[in-house]
Amino acid sequence: MNLDIAAARRGPAHPSQAFLPTKRSSWGPVGVLGIICLALIVVSPSDYMFRIATQVMVYSALAMGLNVVVGLAGLLDLGFIAFFGVGAYGYALLASDLHGIHISFWLMLPVGMLLAALLGILVGLPALRTHGDYLAIVTLGFGEIVSVLLVNLDRPVNITNGPQGVLGIDLPSVAGFQIGADDVFFGGFGLTTTMQFFMLTALYCLGVMFACLRLRNARVGRAWRAMRESEAAANACGISVVRAKLSAFVFGAAVAGGAGVITAAWYGSVFPDSFLFSESIKVLAMVVLGGIGSVWGAIAGALVLVLMPELLREFDQYRLLIFGLVLVLAMRLRPQGLLGSRSPGASRRRLPAWLASRRKGVR
Amino acid sequence: MDVLHSLSQQVVYGLALGSVYAMIALGYSMVYGVLEFINFSHGEVFMVGAFVSLLTLTALTGVGGLLTFGPLLLLVMLLLAMLASGVLGVAVERFAYRPLRKSSRLAPLISAIGVSLVLQNVVMLLQVRFQGDSRPQSVPAAEVVPIGQWDVFGVRISYTAALVFGVSIVLMLALSALVSRSTLGRSMRATAQDAEVAGLMGINVSGVVTRTFFIGSALAGAAGCLVALYYTQIDYAMGFSAGIKAFTAAVLGGIGSIRGAMAGGLVLGLTEALAATFLSAAYKDLIAFVLLVAVLALRPAGLFGRKVLERV
Repeated sequence: MNLDIAAARRGPAHPSQAFLPTKRSSWGPVGVLGIICLALIVVSPSDYMFRIATQVMVYSALAMGLNVVVGLAGLLDLGFIAFFGVGAYGYALLASDLHGIHISFWLMLPVGMLLAALLGILVGLPALRTHGDYLAIVTLGFGEIVSVLLVNLDRPVNITNGPQGVLGIDLPSVAGFQIGADDVFFGGFGLTTTMQFFMLTALYCLGVMFACLRLRNARVGRAWRAMRESEAAANACGISVVRAKLSAFVFGAAVAGGAGVITAAWYGSVFPDSFLFSESIKVLAMVVLGGIGSVWGAIAGALVLVLMPELLREFDQYRLLIFGLVLVLAMRLRPQGLLGSRSPGASRRRLPAWLASRRKGVR
Repeated sequence: MDVLHSLSQQVVYGLALGSVYAMIALGYSMVYGVLEFINFSHGEVFMVGAFVSLLTLTALTGVGGLLTFGPLLLLVMLLLAMLASGVLGVAVERFAYRPLRKSSRLAPLISAIGVSLVLQNVVMLLQVRFQGDSRPQSVPAAEVVPIGQWDVFGVRISYTAALVFGVSIVLMLALSALVSRSTLGRSMRATAQDAEVAGLMGINVSGVVTRTFFIGSALAGAAGCLVALYYTQIDYAMGFSAGIKAFTAAVLGGIGSIRGAMAGGLVLGLTEALAATFLSAAYKDLIAFVLLVAVLALRPAGLFGRKVLERV
């Protein structure tokens, strides 16, 4: 893993090599993360630690999904949490007493991903015509629309139960065993309910990580990265920019939707104020802080940003102040992120971006 | 007739609200024009402006009443809020954005989010420190503008609404003149067109950036002062939603364009006011964003933005 980071930091020998698939196996990093998770289960620290670890896993999955959209495809998405919300609410509405519908978790996981992916296409369509910061504001607008809808769709017909949220969401079950219902003990070795959910989210996170690593070097992943560097050049090389943009949005959205389903099942409740703009920003901060475009970076960002508020709990009222300062200082000291590397795009723009010639102006 | 009456009443509210959005949007737009960077902490600068004007008001009308003459009070409040916000904007640029100019486009964005958290929490903690709690503060606006309204053909125009609209129009006209007539305005436009060449032509680009931040932030400060007087209630979290709306307005009009920001602000304010009455107050924000998405889907460069040809 260290070798990988070092190689990535050195960068490709020639810029054109940046897009070639590397021989690096995707199983390695997934195995490393899997072993870390297994070790955590064996050591089995307190339930509090597992709750945090589960949160890290959920946010890691989200950050890796957003990393594909922002880091690989270069599309700034400021409303990413909406997809998470669609997944979570999809499961909450179709697997709770609110509407008396109880669809199985294992069916809802792909359905939630599909719902989010459909929304991803919807967001992606205007994105086909907009660029850069306009795209950012379109995604922000979509995010706000979803959160307003979640709050207000309790009248005239109650769909989302409004600000009260949905409670009593079903637990997933495997062959008659409900995950997260009871602590299970095999002699001295026990799995508490939190640990059971940790395993579920860790598995999901590992799957997402594997998919991200594979896609990065796949045909579509190379198309994303080419598009990030130059849309016009990618287009000229025969890459379908339409397909590349939509697929990036769809993949990111599906990952977030699945994470939403799992989180709704874990908490047993969803509330509309869990899917605000500030959450989108939090996930984006994880991607950028960890190092944009890097899978390990997304995980590191999630780890840091989940742990920091927990560590700062003693300074309760100064928590957000310190968090803000850390964000500013982290960007000043390491603008490429904790595990970031200089991408060919970054080195190509030797001139500061703000100095590069522009055609827009104050009129 | 009743619908028409209610319509014109909402137009008054919409214009007052929209001119505030427009003033905040100008700050986003100017900074974007020069640096191509979304200054996410701009909403917080607006919020600080509102708090500074409240502080000024309480200090001046406090024990003994140093100053009781409304118009003068207003002038002092406005100037102090603009000065404080302007200086804050410049300081933020120095500390959080300038060191990041050479890095990727996302680094200053994250830094700006950090700044916005810091500013919000500093104001909240100061409130807790001196007030004991962080509840919304009410502004004794009646000390500055008498409560009352004109009745124009049955449409009520409150004095504060007229004040908000009037002051913001004056300030925006002043800005327009500054950008189109003065030397500073010319160097701003040159920097916006091409910072590198502007630098070669002897323009102090960093100085222009600093002044742009000062002017944009000062306008946000003025907007903060006006909002404090108009809504008579302010809180430390008010900058966030105002900032998002103003940013929406800037994009609606075509970001980087000054006239676009003004028009975008007014369009957004009017739409929100009308939507709140004729559709539903709950869906007010939804309408604003649906409008935004629709406009951008149909005119990707904003209402007044010119299509930029991609040169390779």
